[in-house]
Amino acid sequence: MARITFIQRDGTERVVEADPGMTVMEAAVKNSIPGIAAECGGACACATCHVYVEDAWREATGSPEQMEEDMLDFAFDVRPASRLSCQIKVTDALDGLVVRIPDKQF
Amino acid sequence: MSEQVIKTDAVIVGAGPVGLFAVFELGLVDVKCHVIDILDRAGGQCTELYPEKPIYDIPGLTVVTGQELTDRLMDQIKPFGAQFHFNQRVESLERCDGGFRLTTDAGTIFECKVVVIAAGGGSFTPKRPPLPGIEHYEGISVFYSVRKMEHFKDRDVLIVGGGDSALDWTLNLQPVAKSLTLLHRRAEFRAAPASVQKMLALVERGDVSFKLGQVTELHGEGGQLRSVTVKGADRASFEQKTEVMLPFFGLTMKLGPVADWGLNLEENLIPVDTAKFETSEPGIFAIGDINTYPGKLKLILSGFHEAALMAQQAHKIAYPDKKLIFQYTTSSSSLQKKLGVK
Repeated sequence: MARITFIQRDGTERVVEADPGMTVMEAAVKNSIPGIAAECGGACACATCHVYVEDAWREATGSPEQMEEDMLDFAFDVRPASRLSCQIKVTDALDGLVVRIPDKQF
Repeated sequence: MSEQVIKTDAVIVGAGPVGLFAVFELGLVDVKCHVIDILDRAGGQCTELYPEKPIYDIPGLTVVTGQELTDRLMDQIKPFGAQFHFNQRVESLERCDGGFRLTTDAGTIFECKVVVIAAGGGSFTPKRPPLPGIEHYEGISVFYSVRKMEHFKDRDVLIVGGGDSALDWTLNLQPVAKSLTLLHRRAEFRAAPASVQKMLALVERGDVSFKLGQVTELHGEGGQLRSVTVKGADRASFEQKTEVMLPFFGLTMKLGPVADWGLNLEENLIPVDTAKFETSEPGIFAIGDINTYPGKLKLILSGFHEAALMAQQAHKIAYPDKKLIFQYTTSSSSLQKKLGVK
């Protein structure tokens, strides 16, 4: 079990519990977190589950693979901390993870 | 003005897997179809969003990609000779004598007895960058597609993005534009290697200017773009002068004109009954991801089931005097004849 904090653009925070093996996107959708559209349902094909990983967690979450980096081209306001949340697998090591939802998703 | 009207039994709106299988089920009960889709090929989300992704929950197929499933469905429905109308979006749907009249944005008019909405998540439309005020520039100096190259003649053009569309239009517009700048967030491109090579050669020759960065603000008056603010790779901002901007950030799904067809809607989905999958309007059906009912699951296989039941009712509407006898493809010689296997 890992607790994940989603911070909205207005600063509101929501903590959700996620089981290892699911993705951060799935945890968001399951808990109706606004701002994660996940149009393609987790196929890394739409870039509508874009998040910014808080600096302290960037090492633990790793960096995007080629396909994800390519897909980030279709996201808005991409930063070094940008990830597609459908490509972050939840593990016990990510207990406490904090991600921010972009100001605007496409 | 003389209008050419296509008359048919059924019009299917959407050529995704469920729309395609509807051709099959309607074909078995002799309902002739035309299929309309906004994309340039069949498959809907399967081919547009995940052509190479494996799907594991199609009965009888342990694993199949979105493209393969589409190809197999196209093969399966071949005997029924449905006609496809691609690159068109149905703009209006009205009742007319004896059924319905649909008009597409390309001006094609259909008259039919049955309408099957299999539009999934809606029409695919270009993503609009969420830049403040962009709506004022759209259609005047911000474009998401190129309809006429002439429009860009002798103008300063800014293309944003790093995919095939961005690269293709960089290559095509460079000879006509006064200047062409390609802006992308990184120096790598997810596009055909040959296009990337050609673009880099143009940059080398000084015919195209390539810059790293992302647009954060638009500046201009009366819809006419003057410049954009770009956050560069080093996070420092700079101004880029331009008269025209073409952002290419892929496609997203929007419900579109379906919302204006007078059907009951629940949160952008069309409620249907679970015996016939008919909407609030008799003769108009909704199947696949676009419909909703108690227990609905957005699965391709659910859409296939919905298509089969829809076809029974569609037959009654299209051929009210004919009695439909339920038959199996395994044993019915008449079904096998329709499938071309007998």
